[in-house]
Amino acid sequence: MSSIAELENEIREDFSLFEDWEERYNYIIDLGKDLPLIESSKKTEERIIKGCQSRVWLNAELREGKVYFTADSDAVITKGIIALLIRVLSGHKAEEIARAELHFIDDIGLKEHLSPTRSNGLVSMINYMKNYAARYAESNA
Amino acid sequence: MITEENITHWRSQFPILQTQVNGKPLVYFDNAASSQKPQRVIDSIVHYYTRLNSNVHRGVHTLSQKATDAYEEARTALAGFINAPEKECVIFTKGTTDSINTVASGFSQAFLKAGDEMWISAMEHHSNIVPWQMACERSGAKLRIIPMDDTGTLLTESFLNELGAKTKLIAITHVSNSLGTVNPVKEIIAKAHSLGIPVLVDGAQAAPHMKVDVVDLDCDFYCFSGHKMYAPTGTGVLYGKREWLEKLPPYQGGGDMIETVSFEHTSYNVIPFKFEAGTPNIEGVIAFSEAVKFIQDIGIETIHAREAQLLAYANKKLAEIEGIRFIGTAKEKSAVVSFLLDGSHPYDVGILLDKMGIAVRTGHHCTQPVMDFFKIPGTIRASFAFYNTETEIDLLAQGLEKAKRMLL
Repeated sequence: MSSIAELENEIREDFSLFEDWEERYNYIIDLGKDLPLIESSKKTEERIIKGCQSRVWLNAELREGKVYFTADSDAVITKGIIALLIRVLSGHKAEEIARAELHFIDDIGLKEHLSPTRSNGLVSMINYMKNYAARYAESNA
Repeated sequence: MITEENITHWRSQFPILQTQVNGKPLVYFDNAASSQKPQRVIDSIVHYYTRLNSNVHRGVHTLSQKATDAYEEARTALAGFINAPEKECVIFTKGTTDSINTVASGFSQAFLKAGDEMWISAMEHHSNIVPWQMACERSGAKLRIIPMDDTGTLLTESFLNELGAKTKLIAITHVSNSLGTVNPVKEIIAKAHSLGIPVLVDGAQAAPHMKVDVVDLDCDFYCFSGHKMYAPTGTGVLYGKREWLEKLPPYQGGGDMIETVSFEHTSYNVIPFKFEAGTPNIEGVIAFSEAVKFIQDIGIETIHAREAQLLAYANKKLAEIEGIRFIGTAKEKSAVVSFLLDGSHPYDVGILLDKMGIAVRTGHHCTQPVMDFFKIPGTIRASFAFYNTETEIDLLAQGLEKAKRMLL
């Protein structure tokens, strides 16, 4: 399996092919539509990442020392961005996830989604993914 | 008669309307959140700091006198704007929220107790909900809600019949920010007064768009913000009838609001100063009065007429979009259009419109109970100001069609 850095690079390359915002967003929207849904039994209140505008459910599981994420959102653009995060982070060791700096989000022109005014829960989601991994990494250290 | 030249001239006075966002000419349809500012308002802030800057109501020196004069002239201008009978009844605040909190705090201390009731409506903005929840929590009074129907029209009849000796206050919005409904506040006030009940009106969405006459309305309190009416942020007004402002306890303590202070006892200053503790937002207030003059030069009736044209055009144009669902279809409406596109989340639509240079608000508009009522996560809201154009509404309609193609 590729490393987090390699996966980030793959996404950078994919996005470098797009000429304008429309192509970029069409791709994100398609990713959002294709994202395998979180099991409905896991779409519980406790798994909601609180965001002002769109709701995000996130589930994290440990299997053989690796962290696997599944997620869903009621907004498709948010979902597409989650799909990118999952593609990069899911299935890696907790320490690696905790250390990941995720510069690719800036590089592919999605930085605006991290601004608190967007209030879409994306920042909270990244924090949640990394904190979950960090907690597990610590408890195993 | 409003001409093309009028509109071009109005727009030319707003520097931000000449700018681009995301490489596209800005289409600004978030006026209900905050309006843009004309050059003369911006200039008045610069003028204040280059020519007048000094503290008010304190110094004997010339600059302090000049700043105080300008500040107090602003009070006169704002009093004139809402036809307040005396300028002392105009309190400067940080904005509508601050105005409402001032009254809510005083009411919970002095006029609300366990067993009492007060009413707000189902379409209030959070700032006309939460201060009253806090006031009721402190005092033990009960908060009751005037219901609305699914067009976003208040069901006033049953509520008016429930008013009685226990009712201590009605706090109601003049115009709904998320639905655009214009409420029959004058009728509600008349009925409330016949039972001796005071009424506070949240005028944040009314003052920029229609003639407000506090004498004609006969409201006991009227609250509004500067930043929604071409003035700087951090400015607002609490108008109150003298009898109420005199018996309402002060909100905050500090300088300017006192008459005498000793460690044993402090006596409070007269109104309006009793409610203006500390150094106020002097330049903001002075610029606020410039915004009032700007509105008066155009004429609030002209602004109202122009915005009615824009609303009618938007209603017609957007209705042509397949799958659009309007939220808030009351008969009396201000220039706000709230809607959803079938099968898409407002957030997604807002993001894509932004890419096209179109600024709308998406989400719950700080009226979560309204969204719960309609069982929706939020809406897309286009709110107009007189400087908007039909061409911009066409761009919105095209943008929505494009967003639909991308999302569905």
